[in-house]
Amino acid sequence: MAQNRGHIPKSRQREKPREGLKYIGKSMKRVEDPRILTGRGIYADDINLPDMAHVAIVRSSHAHARIKRIDTSKAEKLPGVLAVLTGAQAAELTGPLPTWSSPPVFQRVIAHEKVRHVGEAVAAVCAESRYIAEDACDLIEVEYEPLPIVVDPEEALKSRGDAVLHPDHGDTNLILESKFDFGPVAEDFARADHVVKRRLRWPRSGGTPMETNGATAVWDPGSQRFTIHANTSMYNFVGWMIADTLKVPHHKLNIVPTLAGGSFGAKLFLYKQPVMAAMFAKLVGRPVKYLEDRLDASLNNDAHASDRVYYVELACKKDGTLLSFKQRIIDDYGAYFQYGVGQHGNALAQVVGAYAINSVGVHVQAVLTNKNQQGAYRGFGSEVANFVIERLVDAAADELKLDRIEIRRKNFIKKDQFPFLIPTGNMYDSGDYEKVLDETLKLLDYKGWKKKVEEMRKAGRYVGIGIASTQERSVFSSTEFWMWNLDGKIGWTSSPDSMSLKIDPRGRIYGTLHSPFWGNSPETVATQVIAEQFQVDPSNIEITYSDSDKGLHSTGPGGSRFTVMVTGAIVGAAAILKKKIFKIAAHMMEANADDLELRDGNVVVKGAPGKKVSLQDLAFHAYYMRLSMPDPEDPELTSGLDATYVYDHPVTTLPDPKREHMGIFYPIMGHMCHSMVVEVDPETGQFKFLDYACVHDSGVMINPMTLEGHMRGGVVNGIGSAASEQYFYDKNGQPTNNLFTDYIIPSISESPADMKCGHVETPSPFTEYGIKGGGEGGRMGTPPALAQAIEDALSPFGIKITELPLTQNVIRRLVREAQAKKAAD
Amino acid sequence: MSNEKITITVNGKRYDKEVEPRRLLSDFIRDDLRLTGTHVGCEHGVCGSCTVLMNGKSVRSCLTFAVMADGAEIMTIEGLGTAENMHPLQKGFWEKHGLQCGFCTPGMLMTAVELLKEKPRPSVDEIREALSGNLCRCTGYQTIVESIQRGAEIMQGGK
Repeated sequence: MAQNRGHIPKSRQREKPREGLKYIGKSMKRVEDPRILTGRGIYADDINLPDMAHVAIVRSSHAHARIKRIDTSKAEKLPGVLAVLTGAQAAELTGPLPTWSSPPVFQRVIAHEKVRHVGEAVAAVCAESRYIAEDACDLIEVEYEPLPIVVDPEEALKSRGDAVLHPDHGDTNLILESKFDFGPVAEDFARADHVVKRRLRWPRSGGTPMETNGATAVWDPGSQRFTIHANTSMYNFVGWMIADTLKVPHHKLNIVPTLAGGSFGAKLFLYKQPVMAAMFAKLVGRPVKYLEDRLDASLNNDAHASDRVYYVELACKKDGTLLSFKQRIIDDYGAYFQYGVGQHGNALAQVVGAYAINSVGVHVQAVLTNKNQQGAYRGFGSEVANFVIERLVDAAADELKLDRIEIRRKNFIKKDQFPFLIPTGNMYDSGDYEKVLDETLKLLDYKGWKKKVEEMRKAGRYVGIGIASTQERSVFSSTEFWMWNLDGKIGWTSSPDSMSLKIDPRGRIYGTLHSPFWGNSPETVATQVIAEQFQVDPSNIEITYSDSDKGLHSTGPGGSRFTVMVTGAIVGAAAILKKKIFKIAAHMMEANADDLELRDGNVVVKGAPGKKVSLQDLAFHAYYMRLSMPDPEDPELTSGLDATYVYDHPVTTLPDPKREHMGIFYPIMGHMCHSMVVEVDPETGQFKFLDYACVHDSGVMINPMTLEGHMRGGVVNGIGSAASEQYFYDKNGQPTNNLFTDYIIPSISESPADMKCGHVETPSPFTEYGIKGGGEGGRMGTPPALAQAIEDALSPFGIKITELPLTQNVIRRLVREAQAKKAAD
Repeated sequence: MSNEKITITVNGKRYDKEVEPRRLLSDFIRDDLRLTGTHVGCEHGVCGSCTVLMNGKSVRSCLTFAVMADGAEIMTIEGLGTAENMHPLQKGFWEKHGLQCGFCTPGMLMTAVELLKEKPRPSVDEIREALSGNLCRCTGYQTIVESIQRGAEIMQGGK
């Protein structure tokens, strides 16, 4: 019997993809840049308020311990210290921090009774300056009673007794275990000719933006309200959760976004820093800033990323047809569980990669260990799924003696099969994977390189080529946060974004965003879409950001949502405004509203080029000439020109109650092919790029220049994840690399000098103009291709790559092991 | 610890201030002078976001004490150009998409100012060498190199 994969709803697309767009599709210079380039952008640490005080924290030196005693008396006496709080005191002032885990794993702004990882706050000081606050931290004495430390994720499965981090969740560190079969897994394995088996290891890295997370809070005793400035996202989605923690009614909190100096997921939703600042602001009666320093950011920012062990099996036919895919995953979440297994829900969105694999078995074991907890990082777990499926496809090609490119081509979902429901129930909206592959091979000059590589190898050089075809799901639906729960209850199903538009009496257009700037180009994107919608010059458009007081329901930019969602919201708001504009213009020009269109800043009558009214004159009329409107009784013709629109997720469905499938939850499916040529020096373990080419399909592009920015930047993130970055903890749970001196994010010297970027545009049939998200693909595409390239370069040694990061040390070890094995044979 | 009296000229303006000997130049510039265009990314001299020019030479303001700059001329990003009248390098970065979040950008720009003073038409390799101590998490660096080349071109009179 065929698997029930759910149904595909009707498209709500209003703006069809089309030729001849004037502003969409152009590489317009960013409107964000002038203020940023001249040092006038306001980031989290640039908030300076009169009389502002500063917080520093005492970080736990123990990975797992009971807090026996804290002596803050010396710190309190230090001149300039305003207040000192321990976990016990903070627990009286604040409730548990927000969490999506179910049942909730509670975390506090300052650890109470027990510390669960090195770097967790055990006390905090508020003082006249950050210098004094840090001095005072040094005067605080903490006595710990050590508990057994859990570091290795597979060992964590066996923890009992005192080694359990959260005993209220049972006598185990296995915080969540789920098993799903999507489709006929057993049958498909039974009909396989060959099964590829691997253990793969993905290391713990993190978004690690250049700017740390921070907040400045003000308590107004008159209105009994908090105002918090922070470099956070999701403040118009779930910002109210912070009010719960601060024990004030939700309307007694206003969150004001600052610019974010990069996020990559690390600023998805700030709660620890806002709560810390606000707690002290009310206590000392002054504005208070808490900005993470680099150590806080490495050790206590709740934003480490996937740290997974995979035991995987891929069932194939002899001819290379891929049938089914089984995985058991152990994921090290660290000490808390803020997003539950959201990162695995995410991976299910594209778990079969670009391939028509018939069934999937998933077994996830989420474990807690004594580490800084996981959050989001560019890909949110799906980048790992890309690495895993691509490594397995490479392995299948090798074991079946097939070409690595041809096996991919053979199994691709074909362009006429979209929209396509994969076994987990998620939909791939559109795509043309062969075309992307072909364009990439051309861009790299694959044939040319093949020849060159052969010659170089003959000359004794270790050169290899890597090519991977991967997915970039975009625009998540909030069902992914709870679809793993099997309690039969329906969780949140809304995940919209909003736009407010106003045209002023002189025809200038104001757009208010309800999502923040976190390093992307929200003002530019909104400007281009508004310019397109109203056919006005971008210089007449001003974009600002709402705070949460004025904010409309908006999920924010995470999950490559922003461009698709804000475009939907602008189209919605513009439709309301245009209806009114045409009604008024029809009256002013004595024309039929249906015959009108906007062109070059005017409302014109189609086919009658002379007949027009400028948007400026029309706006003035709309604002001040109420009695000259067509129908004084028309309820749509109020004075002024403004509209708001909340754009719901373009296409999402509920999970099946029995979880035969998960519904459509991440359907706007981008695709990319990354290819590169690397040369490895087996003596030093170093490698360098000889070439790099990638082609992305992010649907219709709004701004090719900024999209390529995401591609190139993402690639360098991917190089870090694949080759240098790992937050490492020793057997005592002591982090050994917390600074940029030893947590190595790629510098220019490790990055390709000439990365060739190409585009294929397969429009989405579900989003406005056919746009897809494109913010994460670079990082999601690089690691499997790089692993393949290095494996290819080292093929004379017979080395198989099953773990990342491929640091010099790791490559050297693999070479040494291969040489020793050869010598022994 | 008694405070020290210092005189520092920043972007052509003279400041007479008293500072603690341990006060970092980065904090002095950002908090005492309220010139927040200089950004602090790591506070241990690796990321380069806080780079400013001290007597024409690039320094990490997070590794420099304010007292060490006594008598010196400092230039920060605010001294380069304004939104109405950008420095050629700022124009180059704008045209070539040399920034995304913009946090590392002040350090990149100040490093580039120093480079172009020494080498008005630097090669790609020279630019890459000059930027090897500045981290950027957003761009992948390639467009920063192009931005600096473009800035150099504009400085040489190119349009």
